[in-house]
Amino acid sequence: MSHAKPQPRYDVSVMLTGDRAQIDQVEGDIIARLEQFAYAKASRFAVKLSVEEAVANAFNHGHKNLPPGVPVRLEYAVAPDEVRIAVEDQGPGFVPADVPDPTMDENIEQPSGRGIMLIRAYMTRVAFSGSGNRIEMTYKKPAPKA
Amino acid sequence: MAQADSRLRVRRQDNITLVEFIDRNILDEANIQSIGEEITQLVDAEGAPKLLISFANVDHLSSAALGTLITIRNKVRDKHGQLRLANIDPQIYEVFVITRLHKMFSIHETTDEAAKSFE
Repeated sequence: MSHAKPQPRYDVSVMLTGDRAQIDQVEGDIIARLEQFAYAKASRFAVKLSVEEAVANAFNHGHKNLPPGVPVRLEYAVAPDEVRIAVEDQGPGFVPADVPDPTMDENIEQPSGRGIMLIRAYMTRVAFSGSGNRIEMTYKKPAPKA
Repeated sequence: MAQADSRLRVRRQDNITLVEFIDRNILDEANIQSIGEEITQLVDAEGAPKLLISFANVDHLSSAALGTLITIRNKVRDKHGQLRLANIDPQIYEVFVITRLHKMFSIHETTDEAAKSFE
């Protein structure tokens, strides 16, 4: 008898077209849910930044050679203790380990290449799947300070 | 002089060009590009520019905005000018620290402190 690894479940799935107003709306919906569950300002900042970077990477890199309007799927679930977000593009994918460390002296003046490291810095868990065209991010709400 | 559809407030004070952002969120790629172009025009208009960018109104910025700041910093440096950043929200400052860009930029708590730091 085999036990399939349970897949993370998401409450909401949205197809983003790249329209800025739609991205703002979805980010606003996610942040509103965080506010409902009393996530602190720092947590809301972390999640908004990570969503922003993941979506920007999907369109700017994943869909670089695809026609405009090809949608990116964004899924999310907000619970009292954690937020899960997945962003999946329809591009060819990439190897995350091949992305140069933007904090190294030789890369520090490069104007791009900081999105993934910021996501890793702010989110509790980050995983890529498929050909690298899907990123799954989890943010755990920090324990209240004593 | 700021452009009609500018995302910036620009004013001259002594020999310093002070730039403030109108938007609270500097995320939209098209806006970031136009901000970069507008600040580049300001840099190009000066011999050795003294540019002070205030983040007083800014709640969020993306890595694309950081990239534009790096490009501006390099243009100012190429013209032997000086760039100062000021009024950065602590959460945004943390982004500079994580990316090590706080070492690259001259960052000050207030615009007054930043203005006094020009050589």
